[in-house]
This record gives sequence, structure tokens and C-alpha cells, in this order.
Amino acid sequence: MSLNTPSRLEKILKQGNLAVTSECGPPRGSDPAAVTSKGALIKDHVDAVNITDNQTSTTRMSSLAACIHLKQMGIEPVLQMVTRDRNRIALQSDILGAASFDIHNMLCLSGDHQSFGDCAQGQNVHDLDSMQLIQTVRLMRDEGKFLGGDNINRPPKMFVGAAANPFADPFEIRVPRLAKKVACGVEFIQTQCIYNLDKFERWMEGVRERGLDEKVFIMAGMTPMKSAGMAKFMKNRVPGMDVPDEVINRLSGVPKDKQAQEGIDICVEAIERLRECKGVAGFHIMAIEWEEKVPEIVERSGLYPRPQV
Amino acid sequence: MIIADKKPIQEIIDQVKNYERILVLGCNECVTVCEAGGKKEVEVLASVLRMHFLKEGQERKIHERTLERQCDHEYLEEIRDVVDQYDAVLSLACGVGVQFTAEKYLTTPVLPGVNTCFLGANEQRGMWTERCQACGECVLGKTAGICPISRCAKRIMNGPCGGSTKGKCEINAELDCAWQLIIDRLKALGRMEDYEIVAPIKDWSTERAGGPRKVVREDVQV
Repeated sequence: MSLNTPSRLEKILKQGNLAVTSECGPPRGSDPAAVTSKGALIKDHVDAVNITDNQTSTTRMSSLAACIHLKQMGIEPVLQMVTRDRNRIALQSDILGAASFDIHNMLCLSGDHQSFGDCAQGQNVHDLDSMQLIQTVRLMRDEGKFLGGDNINRPPKMFVGAAANPFADPFEIRVPRLAKKVACGVEFIQTQCIYNLDKFERWMEGVRERGLDEKVFIMAGMTPMKSAGMAKFMKNRVPGMDVPDEVINRLSGVPKDKQAQEGIDICVEAIERLRECKGVAGFHIMAIEWEEKVPEIVERSGLYPRPQV
Repeated sequence: MIIADKKPIQEIIDQVKNYERILVLGCNECVTVCEAGGKKEVEVLASVLRMHFLKEGQERKIHERTLERQCDHEYLEEIRDVVDQYDAVLSLACGVGVQFTAEKYLTTPVLPGVNTCFLGANEQRGMWTERCQACGECVLGKTAGICPISRCAKRIMNGPCGGSTKGKCEINAELDCAWQLIIDRLKALGRMEDYEIVAPIKDWSTERAGGPRKVVREDVQV
């Protein structure tokens, strides 16, 4: 087993374990406890924790700062970086900043359009796109070079991730699009939240046909539904989300005060099914503002205890 | 062509209200085609302004003129003899024409009468849509003739992003996803294998980012 970085996530995946990650959204303020208290809830049940980067284009504490708070409490962070807000100077600079705190994982994203957030009148940057950000961080790590060609003193040791959405359109390019990210140098993938398991498995078939599962670790994205209302919102209002009617019907079929538990059950059942899907290397559990439920999901899915590496 | 749109009438009134003698100056090029600043719009706007000031009990001298182009010295010279008769020129040309007129007539206020919007085409009667952001280094040969810079809300060079839904963009269900269009056309051209070519990091120095641009063509200089 050869490791490219000191990342614990990399080690766990390369040792053949099903990895478990989760995520924390930073607060809309500067209180570090808003990050550390979420981290404390999930610390022992996951291998690494993503920190989102101004998700849904709403201004929040910076992902890098929140990652540092987690790192200092012994949690391995995954720095999410979107190309929406920073040009190539700022992106490379923040990668170095993260590396200076020995943050060893990052997730390269384009980010939601700013019109979804609180600064709809702002500019977007998109100097690079997500694939080019993958190439950039690999260049910085493997060649020890900046985009401008100069050498980096102490290059960043980042395990490089990206997102994949098997449910966005057009479906036929979803596997080729993953192949492009692999060609750019991505090492792990965290997918969009999966509710349509049949479609995800169809996508994975295509992934395996091209041998991509041998080249990149694919972590299946899971978000438990809190209510039937949330499921309807996700289906109708969140771009690129595929929520089958059967999920909504199942949640609607139980009393309101039982819907959250039903949502957890659906999530656990999905993990149990998908861990048998060849090529799935782990799970990325995004319990949005519901971090306290992550331990239950991990334990009931048979993913606890986490391996010590 | 350059697409412009009308400015709100109140904004125009606020701009010109302190001037007694106003020349409303149209342009016979792009703004005529997109029906924002040609002879017809000059007539309408001049009439509206006259009526407005009459209603206020004020008489203003508001004249009309439409030039062949406002982005060309030769045609702008046509008003040299008369421009001093006005306190302000209200130009209905694009931002280029407004500036070129202002540069030529240094002591006359030249005010914009339209909002210059984008480089686009007349998609249907009364609707114009963007096609180009003049990045200075055309990639259309590699993107099946559809521009991701002007037509993708994130100008993603390796798209589509995860927000593409049923062929539409995440920001607006009526907006086509540029990358869906690119993929559809790659298919029509039998070139789907090109989809997997990774577009390299773009040199944006030929775009706005590089500062004001200039094209110098020695072969056509005199």
C-alpha cells in the first residue's frame, strides 16, 4: 500500500475499510463553539469531517478557519473549496494555508451559484472550474509547483477529492464526467445525496464497466430526511436532487412525530444495501443541522467502531 | 450584435432635467436592430420627454438625430457644427457610442439613454439572448459551437455542473444548460468522444481581467 499523503482518510480507504465521513456547516458568525460542538457529537464515529465552503452561497465562517478548529480538537478535516469565490491566487494560497496546519484532505467543487444565497448581487469568479482545481492541487502536491511554474517550499500533502452527482442531467455523461475527474487526478469522490438507489446502482455499473472504481474511492452520499416536508423540498427545490415518490410516501405514511425516525431508518437501510454495491468504498453522511444523529446511523449500519489507523 | 435595453424613463428624466437644450442622438447599427436606440426609439423618447416637460410647465428644446454609427469618427463628425447648440446629448447608442461621442465633444455632457447588456442575437421577436462575452480567445471549435463562457452561469469549462436538471440551469428553470446544449450538439456531430477531453485552465488575460484591450492590425493600417 503506497500512501500519497499523511491523510487518515487515505489510509483507511487504502487499507480496504469502508470509510465514513460526515460534514459540518460552519456558523453564520464567529463563535468557534458552533463548529467544535458539532465536531464533538461525531468525533468518534467518523474518520474525517468535511467543512462546507459557504454552502448554498450563504456567507459563513470560512471553511479553512473551521477546519483548523476541528484539527485542533483531534478531528481530521476535509477542506471543501469552491471555485466560485476565489481566483487561482487565492485558491493556491488557501491550499498552502491549510497545509501549514497539516490539513490533508480537500474536496474540489464549483459551488452553488451565488443567486441562491445572501449575496445574489455579487460577482462570481470561476477562474478555474472544479476539474482544474483538482489538477492544480495535484500539481502543487506531486510536482511541488505553483500554477505559475515556481517551486513550492514544503508542498501541500493533500488527499484530493471531488463531488459526483449521479442524478444530474444528462445521465449518459455522468460516468464520462467521473472519468474526466479521474483523469484530472481525483483520488476520492463523495457523491450527491442518494435516495434513488436503483439509479445510483445503474451509475455504479457504468463506473465499474470502465474500471473507474479501481482508480478512485467512491463514497456514497447519505442525508437522512427529517420529515416528509424536507423530502418534498429536496425533490422540488434542490437542483440535481433525485427523490423518488416512494421515499416521500413512506415518510408521509407515518405520523409527523415519527417521520424523523423513519428518515433515519431509510438512511440506515440505504447504507446496508449500498455497502454491498461493488465499488462503494465508504459513506459520506451529511446530516444537515442534525449531526447528533450521525452516531446512531453509523452504529446501526454496522460501521462502528471505526478502524484505528 | 450589441444588445441594449431601454432605461427607465424616470432615470432618463433625472439625468436630463437640468438641461434646456437636449439632442437625442440615435445610432443606426446594433441598437436599431434590437429596437432600443434607433431612429424610431429616438422619436418616441424625444416625444415622451417633450410631453413630460410640457406637463411640468417647462419648454425644452429637444431635437432628434440618428447617425449611421456612433462608434466611428466619420459619422460623429456630422454633428460637429450643431453640437454646441445643445446643453447635453442623450445618446441612445451602446456604451461604446456614448463614450466615443463624449471623447469627441469634450465640453458637452453626453448621457446614456440605454443600458448596454451583452453580445447576443435576436432569438425571437422581442427577445434577445447572450452568445458571447468577448473573452478574446475563442473556444467554440472545442465546445461544439456553443459557448460555455457566455452561456453557463458559472462559465465552467468542463461542465455540466451538478445543478443541471432536465437540460436547464440551476439558477433558472427557463435557462438552457449550456453543457446540455454542448453535449446534444457533440452527439449530433458524432463527436461524443471529445467530451472527455479536459479543457485546460484558461488564460483570462485576453478577457476583461487583462485590462482594457486593443486590437492592432498593421495590415489594415494606413
